[in-house]
Amino acid sequence: MREGNTPLVRLAKRDAMPRGQVWAIRVGSFVLAILIGALIFLLLGHSPFQGYATILDGSLGKATVFRQTVRIAVPLLGTALAIAPCFKMRFWNIGAEGQITAGAVGASWLALFCADSIPGPVLLVLMAALGALFGGLWALVPAFFKARWGTNETLFTLMMNYIMIGIVRWLQGGPWEGRPGSQIIPEFADNALLPRVFGVHCGWIIVLVLTVLMFLYMKYTKQGYEIAVVGESENTARYAGMNVAKVVMRTMFLSGALSGLVGFIVVSGADGTLHAEVAAGVGFTAITVAWLAQLNPFAMIAISFLLGVLEKGSDTLQTRMEVPASISDIITGVFLFCMLGCEFFINYRLIFRKGRKEAAIHG
Amino acid sequence: MGDINSSLWVALLAAAVLNGVPLLFGTVGEILSEKAGNLNLGVEGMMYTGGAMGLGAAFYYEGFAGAGANGIVAVLLALLFAFLGGAFGALIYSFLTVTLRANQNVTGLALTIFGTGLGQFIGEYMRRTSGGYVAIGNDLKAVFANSPFPAALQQLPVVGPVIFRHSIFLYIGLAIAITMAWFFRRTKAGLYLRAVGESPATADAAGINVTRYKYLATVIGGGISAIGGMVYIMTIAGCVWNHEGLSGEGWLAVALVIFCLWRPLNAIWGSVLFGGLMILYNYLSLPMVPTQIYRILPYVVTVIVLIITSLRNNREKQPPASLGNAYFREER
Repeated sequence: MREGNTPLVRLAKRDAMPRGQVWAIRVGSFVLAILIGALIFLLLGHSPFQGYATILDGSLGKATVFRQTVRIAVPLLGTALAIAPCFKMRFWNIGAEGQITAGAVGASWLALFCADSIPGPVLLVLMAALGALFGGLWALVPAFFKARWGTNETLFTLMMNYIMIGIVRWLQGGPWEGRPGSQIIPEFADNALLPRVFGVHCGWIIVLVLTVLMFLYMKYTKQGYEIAVVGESENTARYAGMNVAKVVMRTMFLSGALSGLVGFIVVSGADGTLHAEVAAGVGFTAITVAWLAQLNPFAMIAISFLLGVLEKGSDTLQTRMEVPASISDIITGVFLFCMLGCEFFINYRLIFRKGRKEAAIHG
Repeated sequence: MGDINSSLWVALLAAAVLNGVPLLFGTVGEILSEKAGNLNLGVEGMMYTGGAMGLGAAFYYEGFAGAGANGIVAVLLALLFAFLGGAFGALIYSFLTVTLRANQNVTGLALTIFGTGLGQFIGEYMRRTSGGYVAIGNDLKAVFANSPFPAALQQLPVVGPVIFRHSIFLYIGLAIAITMAWFFRRTKAGLYLRAVGESPATADAAGINVTRYKYLATVIGGGISAIGGMVYIMTIAGCVWNHEGLSGEGWLAVALVIFCLWRPLNAIWGSVLFGGLMILYNYLSLPMVPTQIYRILPYVVTVIVLIITSLRNNREKQPPASLGNAYFREER
């Protein structure tokens, strides 16, 4: 018996777990996150029930707060959709923040300088198109270097974020500045603002349509298939005669274009003007949304909405219970950690060393 | 004598060092983590947590000790708690990515969200419970911000301001960077650590405990990075919690790691250079070049370095080969 050399726990990959069990684990991790959150409330000297009730009531309780929750979820969902094809291809695009900002710049340029000469609906369509183009081109830069020379895309796209945000800071204080010295870009004219549907700017309709389109694109088109093959193995893709460089650049352009479209939705729908914090961390949070949804567009709706509830609810928590609103980031982090961790128990099996008696019998 | 010491170049260098020291800690810590193959994108979050906890340690210590507060004890406590804050975040990250094999990029981003939230929360909480303003006495502030050397040394021409007139944290940071370079190059444990980052499967086959190395490197590295956040708050931000103050420092540190080609010694001059680029607009204003454009220079420079290293394809100057990948022994 070489029992001493057998580790207490071994791991093995699971083939496929029954659906019910997968969901049991996911729900379990969700419950764990809620319990940890409750512990945080207890540590702060508040009742967890009251805390969670305030979050729910403050984000879903009334029509006005519900609309604000939706407004938070819309850019998250849109950007998560944008990131999905890249991650499917195992191209770690963490530059959505910059691509959103680039798209916002494109859209704002038209809104600021051409609003007088173009009628409303045409202007909005042009703004969306230019936003998508700017976002796509901004994403194409790292994609080109990745495809051509294998330049590390994670770090490249990360740097591109801060370059674009810096450019907007410059526009804000320089060429596009409204009143001199204000460091603020003027508000858009009315015809450059997205119309409202049910009290929320119509960006929510756009991202819901995109959700369906992205699902179809990834699942049923040739390009979607190519993305999946490149993600599984570049060599296989090459052997099958695919032009990997072309797939990488095309997918990255698409991803950047969608992020750019989100930038357009934010400036034209929510903010009504351009500023350096237009992306406000959405580009990063959306990555966690996409990943937790396992790149499934429909699951992204639920997760981005959940994060919207947490963020909006925590605002209410601050006003009603005097808990700093940054608790939303802490609780969001706890949820992300638990949900990231639970995938392990779905993909791997723990094998415990058999007990002494049993081992003796089998040995 | 006062002449040359107050010249533009000396002032610029002093400011570059002041702004570079937090980056030095952030970068060196992240190098340690990345050398073990863990791309921890949570530096920003860890620096926030470290900044808030370090400030809190000094603040509550002063409140507890009153007038008898000892500067050295305050510095040590701030260092310790900042380290613990970062190490805590890095421990979560290690547990998720090493033990549970979660995706490193996503976990790092989640850590950034969590860590900035935690830092903001602690800072805000301190502000509220202490009546709206977290302030540290001037004596203690001076211990954090001023040079530990006697005035005579600081007033030497050129040498004084260049070498002796910095906060104690520069010298601590230098010591850490030099020790780490020595550790990587000259010790067996350093060699093993690099092996884990390059090829965990090979390291595992050679009998190296991959999990232990990854955990230790990431947790200690996270702690060191977090000290950078504390240094920023205590020396640059004037010992006051400002919820915007730290933003971007952690990401700059991630950029610097690339710029330094994963070498701690390069991080020393690299952080001073980046620190200088950040405040250059105060000293050297060229017509036509607006200040905001100066501030993106560090990122542009990093992109250029990234491109050049990939073009030259020099094996010595690449990221650790397994950077960003989880290691699963049975998957070979």
